[in-house]
Amino acid sequence: MSGNPHFMPAGTVYGTLLNFRAEFEALAPQMTQLPYKAPPKAPVLYVKTVNTWSPHGSAIAMPSSVSEVEVGASIGMVIGAEGDVEGFVLMNDLSIPHASFFRPPVKFKCVDGFLGIGPALRDAQEVADPAHFHVEVRINGALKQSIDFSQLVRPAQQLLADVGEFMTLAHGDVLMLGCDAGRPLARAGDRIEISAPGFEALSNTLVQEAAA
Amino acid sequence: MKHARVIFEGREHTGIAHEFNGQADAAVRLDDGRVVPQEQLVWLPPLAPSPRPRTILALGLNYADHAKELEFKAPEEPLVFVKGQSTLIGHRQHTHRPAGVQFMHYECELAIVVGKTAKNVKRADAYDFIGGYTVANDYAIRDYLENWYRPNLRVKNRDTCTPLGPWFVDAADVPDPMALALKTTVNGTVTQQGSTRDMIFDVPFLIEYFSRFMTLSPGDLILTGTPDGVVDCEPGDVVICEIEHIGALVNTIDAA
Repeated sequence: MSGNPHFMPAGTVYGTLLNFRAEFEALAPQMTQLPYKAPPKAPVLYVKTVNTWSPHGSAIAMPSSVSEVEVGASIGMVIGAEGDVEGFVLMNDLSIPHASFFRPPVKFKCVDGFLGIGPALRDAQEVADPAHFHVEVRINGALKQSIDFSQLVRPAQQLLADVGEFMTLAHGDVLMLGCDAGRPLARAGDRIEISAPGFEALSNTLVQEAAA
Repeated sequence: MKHARVIFEGREHTGIAHEFNGQADAAVRLDDGRVVPQEQLVWLPPLAPSPRPRTILALGLNYADHAKELEFKAPEEPLVFVKGQSTLIGHRQHTHRPAGVQFMHYECELAIVVGKTAKNVKRADAYDFIGGYTVANDYAIRDYLENWYRPNLRVKNRDTCTPLGPWFVDAADVPDPMALALKTTVNGTVTQQGSTRDMIFDVPFLIEYFSRFMTLSPGDLILTGTPDGVVDCEPGDVVICEIEHIGALVNTIDAA
């Protein structure tokens, strides 16, 4: 791939929980109960550390203790020099499935390789409104999820503003818009493809890591 | 050796701790040989810039007394969260207290700096992967705690809220990282005291635990949690987090 390297972020990658209406509504009945006690007021974020970053086309190893992973198809907003959005990139935000959102999800989301990225940045100039994004997830060619970004709880600009209330997103940082409900599960041997009109598709294959 | 990263006369320098006016570590001997007192320098986090963002892992409730103070039972496995780089500042810098909040506290913590790539490291080998240590002050603004991925980023990942430094101390120069006295003063009054020997999950455990599911890289940080004794801090307060053999990290609160 010399001459045309895959896009890789220069800064920190942040994910956003509960930013799709269906995802939010699915949890709503539990939100006033323990351990949460109340619905979230501010955006709920997490970090996808550098060790998770997997370029387009690469194999992603599932830990030997895990038989399935959850596919979190999303679009990341890449922050420009002026704090604006420089571009958008497809992301495959993998998680070990977990039922509780009380404690930070480090061991579920920061596993080596657990973020497929790219392959290419789509210039923000080409995008009229991120609410028009429509993403499809295919596993071994079969359509598993269809995501409509008009269904965000906090649309892109609102999310940026609300996150900016408490932290600065630096040039090169990436903020994911969220992952919708109905996230497909995938297993070792599966080929995951995430595509959207106007974007080069992102694909990764899952392999089982040998037992340590 | 105690290493610093500073700005002097508009240029970034590295340097090492140097005696000044009879006081150990009161100055820095810059890479060009000049010796400059601490207060004439602008201090940066004492870590070499890295081409990719470093991973910053932080422990909550890793001292039994602090867990008790916060009315939690001690955790059965590490309570871990991740911080972004933009929260880091250096020694002698200012941390913003947002307007209208009721409870913002420091947390004096031993910070491990990873020295070489670590994956599936066994406890017995863990120290081989540590490059050195520094002091972190991992501020929390408790007004913003919500029970979603708690401690959430609005509490823990704010700009200026993680002072780090003054020094990066080579691992070889720290006799026993699990027997270091920690102390915090606010405006000269001691408010927090403890010892790293009281950690629930000690340093070798943490290296083994993290490296089981994630590869740690040189320059990555692990902030190991704080003991009992956190109090509210107001604008104007000078907070000094000190760890034996590592250094005294000075920080001032200001109004955002």
